[in-house]
Amino acid sequence: MSTVTSLEQSTLFRFATAGSVDDGKSTLVGRLLHDSKAILADTLDAVTRTSADRGFGGENGSTQKIDLALLTDGLRAEREQGITIDVAYRYFATDRRSFILADCPGHIQYTKNTVTGASTADAVVVLIDARKGVLEQTRRHLSVLRLLRVPNVIVAVNKIDLVAFSEDIFRTIETDVKAVAASIGLNDVVVIPVSALEGDNVVERSAHTPWYTGPSLLDLLETLPTTDELERGLEPFRFPVQLVVRPQGALAPELFTADDGGASFRDYRAYAGQVASGSVSVGDAITVLPSGRTATIAGIDFAGRSLERAVAPQSVSLRLSEEIDIARGDVIAASGTFGEVSQDVYAELCWLSTKPLREGSKVLIKHGSKTVQGLIRAVTGKLDLESFAYEAASGLDLNDIGTAQIRLASPLPIETYALHRRTGAFLVIDPQDGNTLAAGLVKDHPGDHEDERYTI
Amino acid sequence: MSTQLTDTPIAAVDIPLETLNSLDLLESEAIHIIREVVAEFERPALLFSGGKDSVVMLHLATKAFWPGKVPFPVLHVDTGHNFPEVIDFRDRTVERLGLRLEVGSVQDFIDSGELAERADGTRNPLQTVPLLDAIAKNKFDAVFGGGRRDEDKARAKERILSLRDEFGQWDPRNQRPELWNLYNGRYTVGQHVRAFPISNWTELDIWRYIARENIELPGLYYAHNREVYERDGMWRAVGPVSEPRPDEEVVIKQVRYRTVGDMSCTGAVASDAVTVHDVVREVAASTLTERGATRADDRISEAAMEDRKKDGYF
Repeated sequence: MSTVTSLEQSTLFRFATAGSVDDGKSTLVGRLLHDSKAILADTLDAVTRTSADRGFGGENGSTQKIDLALLTDGLRAEREQGITIDVAYRYFATDRRSFILADCPGHIQYTKNTVTGASTADAVVVLIDARKGVLEQTRRHLSVLRLLRVPNVIVAVNKIDLVAFSEDIFRTIETDVKAVAASIGLNDVVVIPVSALEGDNVVERSAHTPWYTGPSLLDLLETLPTTDELERGLEPFRFPVQLVVRPQGALAPELFTADDGGASFRDYRAYAGQVASGSVSVGDAITVLPSGRTATIAGIDFAGRSLERAVAPQSVSLRLSEEIDIARGDVIAASGTFGEVSQDVYAELCWLSTKPLREGSKVLIKHGSKTVQGLIRAVTGKLDLESFAYEAASGLDLNDIGTAQIRLASPLPIETYALHRRTGAFLVIDPQDGNTLAAGLVKDHPGDHEDERYTI
Repeated sequence: MSTQLTDTPIAAVDIPLETLNSLDLLESEAIHIIREVVAEFERPALLFSGGKDSVVMLHLATKAFWPGKVPFPVLHVDTGHNFPEVIDFRDRTVERLGLRLEVGSVQDFIDSGELAERADGTRNPLQTVPLLDAIAKNKFDAVFGGGRRDEDKARAKERILSLRDEFGQWDPRNQRPELWNLYNGRYTVGQHVRAFPISNWTELDIWRYIARENIELPGLYYAHNREVYERDGMWRAVGPVSEPRPDEEVVIKQVRYRTVGDMSCTGAVASDAVTVHDVVREVAASTLTERGATRADDRISEAAMEDRKKDGYF
């Protein structure tokens, strides 16, 4: 548990877990919450009572004797069936960091859940059962994480106690993991031997694994860099405009009481949004996309304060030196850092709906703060997550990942996801019922793949 | 053209790391969500009870639209059993910010026979019908709530933008995936969306933020002397809807409230936390969750909150 004095410096770290119930994922999450003292007494009492009802030992309230999975299963059906259905969010804090944990179930709709959890994660912990080693599902999970560019990937080899804390078994699995990671281009995967049930190497380094010299899981989570820390200095400034702030008559009441009766805000006009990447300072030259008009940053406002500079992911309002036509959906970018807007997108789609994707479908594309119509011109391939190679396809079903060419009704300032996490991501939405169909990752320019299936 | 897109240059400048702490990041995320909902919906409203989470929500909204005023009305579902000082605070706040207040009244529904008083006298579960009625009457298409995922196991699974059907029902098994910071607020006729911008805040974050931003709250969040009696391990205030039974001894005790819901089911905790900084310290050291410590209605069953939410509760 954190202390008050440390709180002012604490930063936020988002991570997700991936794995199935059989790998002990819920137990690991329960252990992490329990050992970091994030589980309060009344919650623990309730879990202890339910565990006892279900025949768990419960003597002396020892944690080995309670069903740690009960700490994370939230819905009635989950508890009744002993499964996890949906991504659950958990919160705990140490002296160094506040953590947001997206607990992603692995066995049903694993792509949907892993993609969802990984899209905002600074790190993902993938679980492997030490008795089983690297499975097909491990490979699939790592492939999805590679695709989404999760900055930190940790593989926890769980149930190490059930293989007698064997270094040989751990090293074999570690070698297998690194080989799979290398084959799909995933670098710097950290592999840790843990026992979620017994607590080895979860919060504290374990005496049972003297051959393991690395950090405990929590040590890692406390020290790994966040996505913003890694990328803030590397990416150019991008700012999707959410709203034009032009209060005119509808000024905040306290500003009327100022000496001038609010006159100084009568012509106030600013563009509200969240810095998607990079940073911006007063005096910077900017270009508005897609119009290409240019201006200079005259001021950066945040709730009555004037800032000299704003960085991702701050929510601010920008004032410009020139009055130019800007609306919601436009992107303000540092001048000279953007190529051309495009009406054609070639993208990776993680299909998250039971409604299949077919060529010729009309969809909605939400990119930044703009939603436009799109036409699926062609599905050009489906990713085989085992081989990480593409096979021919003409459609995508739930949990498939594939590539498609999309024609947009109006141009968007898209960039490749491989270089630009925020401006390279979009949602595919069903125009009929409004549901989210897919997560889209801009691959590279469609010109490189122009009608490749039709020109033969 | 193709090379320009793929080769979008990466800025080479090395920017020193800024010190955005966890509260800055949570605030920025919440403001982004509030702005997104206001931009994409026709008629949003904010559920405002005068409780700390809704007060923080309103504070975030004032920051999001500065120097403009908060561009939506507030809605309160009054159980008729609210603490008078909280209702007073609610009215003063609405007045100060120049907002329109819509009130859905549980009492009116009981008087007209559309709702029946429960045997245990608790009115929290009765809020759902007046809430849905107010949403329908005002044609609200998005309703902001101050719900947090750390409050309850069912809330932990709810999306930031949560779609509700014609009956206001939440379908936990069929939720839209929420990816990156792209929120999908589309709905069809009859549906509406509940928006929870402070989903990722914990009780401690809320209190630290209240301290940092110097936000005013109803006085009963701070330690004060009150006539109370003990029931179910909670201190209950003596009042018209929370009479002690003959065997329950009334004492004067220094208490404060961690949540301020319906008087008939909200308990106080013994506390000497007089200032906001005292409360931050108290919450950081607490060994009980706020609902576990103070809400009788969530003790009804393991899935009490889930069941209420499925029926259209906040």
